[in-house]
Amino acid sequence: MAVPLFNGLADFGTKLYQAFLFEDRWKLYLGGLGNTLAITLGAICISTVFGMVLCLMRLSKHQVLRWPAQAYIDIIRGIPVVVQLLIMYNVVLLNVTDNKMVVAIIAFGVNSSAYMAEIYRSGINAVDSGQMEAGRSLGLSRAQTMWHIIFPQAIKNCLPTYTSEFIVLVKETAVVGYIALVDLTKVYSSVQSLTYDATAPLLIIAVAYFIITKTLALIFAHMERRLQASDRR
Amino acid sequence: MIDVEHLSKAFGSHLVLDDITEHIDQGEKVVIIGPSGSGKSTFLRCLNLLENPTKGKIIFEGTVVNDRKTDINAVRRQMGMVFQHFNLFPNMTIRRNITLAPVQTKLMSQEEADKTAMALLDRVGLKDRAESYPAQLSGGQKQRIAIVRALAMKPKLMLFDEPTSALDPEMVGEVLEVMKELAHEGMTMVVVTHEMGFAREVGTRVLFMDGGKILEQNTPQEFFANPREQRTIDFLSKVL
Repeated sequence: MAVPLFNGLADFGTKLYQAFLFEDRWKLYLGGLGNTLAITLGAICISTVFGMVLCLMRLSKHQVLRWPAQAYIDIIRGIPVVVQLLIMYNVVLLNVTDNKMVVAIIAFGVNSSAYMAEIYRSGINAVDSGQMEAGRSLGLSRAQTMWHIIFPQAIKNCLPTYTSEFIVLVKETAVVGYIALVDLTKVYSSVQSLTYDATAPLLIIAVAYFIITKTLALIFAHMERRLQASDRR
Repeated sequence: MIDVEHLSKAFGSHLVLDDITEHIDQGEKVVIIGPSGSGKSTFLRCLNLLENPTKGKIIFEGTVVNDRKTDINAVRRQMGMVFQHFNLFPNMTIRRNITLAPVQTKLMSQEEADKTAMALLDRVGLKDRAESYPAQLSGGQKQRIAIVRALAMKPKLMLFDEPTSALDPEMVGEVLEVMKELAHEGMTMVVVTHEMGFAREVGTRVLFMDGGKILEQNTPQEFFANPREQRTIDFLSKVL
């Protein structure tokens, strides 16, 4: 009974060894992981800022600002991110840059911005309208009220959905193989072609993604708790 | 101090204020009563332009409040407002709730504002709550803080929009007490309320509103003893 199970485990152990430690193959994963993280972090930096710009445009009183932001958000959200990535690589940035990392960061940044804008907007809308009235009735300008009163509360509202967008972004970057970038997911093909085994590298990659996203979730959950200090009784 | 000339306010096709002309003098304590939906809150909110009048003019000490060229922020700094739901800033301590506006509008330095805040808090008996957050306070305490927050701007006029309507009954007294004190100090006040006792005791004039108009007004003594309009008599018979 125990022998086949033991053999199976030993066999899998060998596969893991082949896929990870043999000939320093872990360095392949590390390289892929580095690219995945670089693209994600680059994109989130873009979307955190540009998403805010889009959000403010959408909330503006002026049609000329509101309309383009709305169109941008609609279009970006209506097209698969892989298609956007390919358009960015083969059309928009074709004659601008050869650097695939830059292309990927811009493509995912542009994509994520549309979602961020909506996340911010719902966070701002969730702040009680009495807060704006209270600020304005004290003689603060709209901008001052926004900055000191509305935004700090909106950030707190946004944080859970911001976290999920961040996590989604980590996972979405798995399609950069389409423009021949070697990210964590793409490492699978390289390792599989060396070892002729799919199970071990896929398991390793899956675990790596999970560790990244779980770590992110924990970090943001901690921030959320700290921001809620004022709610405690 | 405030002149209201032919003020009308419509939300869509619904006329909430119907051609109101009224004058409020310095030092007056005007109490506005009336059934819900009569336009009392809208009237009050038009005075500091939280609602934009559809027609007519609001003039505060010679400045047309609802003129596009008027710096509305400068006008609002002179008119404190207290809301039914307090509207304290939940992300700030009580001290910052009070000092934010005076400091940001450059009325005071942070140090001066802190001093003012502590003095005002002392007056309403909440000095020890300066570093608390709004969520840690009772409704009555919150509303007293909201009054203090408005007073920190050293306004010339205070607007109260049903300040006790969201409070538990046992907390109404402590808020009215602060308002009475304020009245005795000579503050000009416009108060929308359902507290008839307060109207009688503190008011210098009672306005009865219904259907977007000021139907009747008088001194509290006369108003409650000899209401003239049938609508007023009906209303008073229900609330007294």
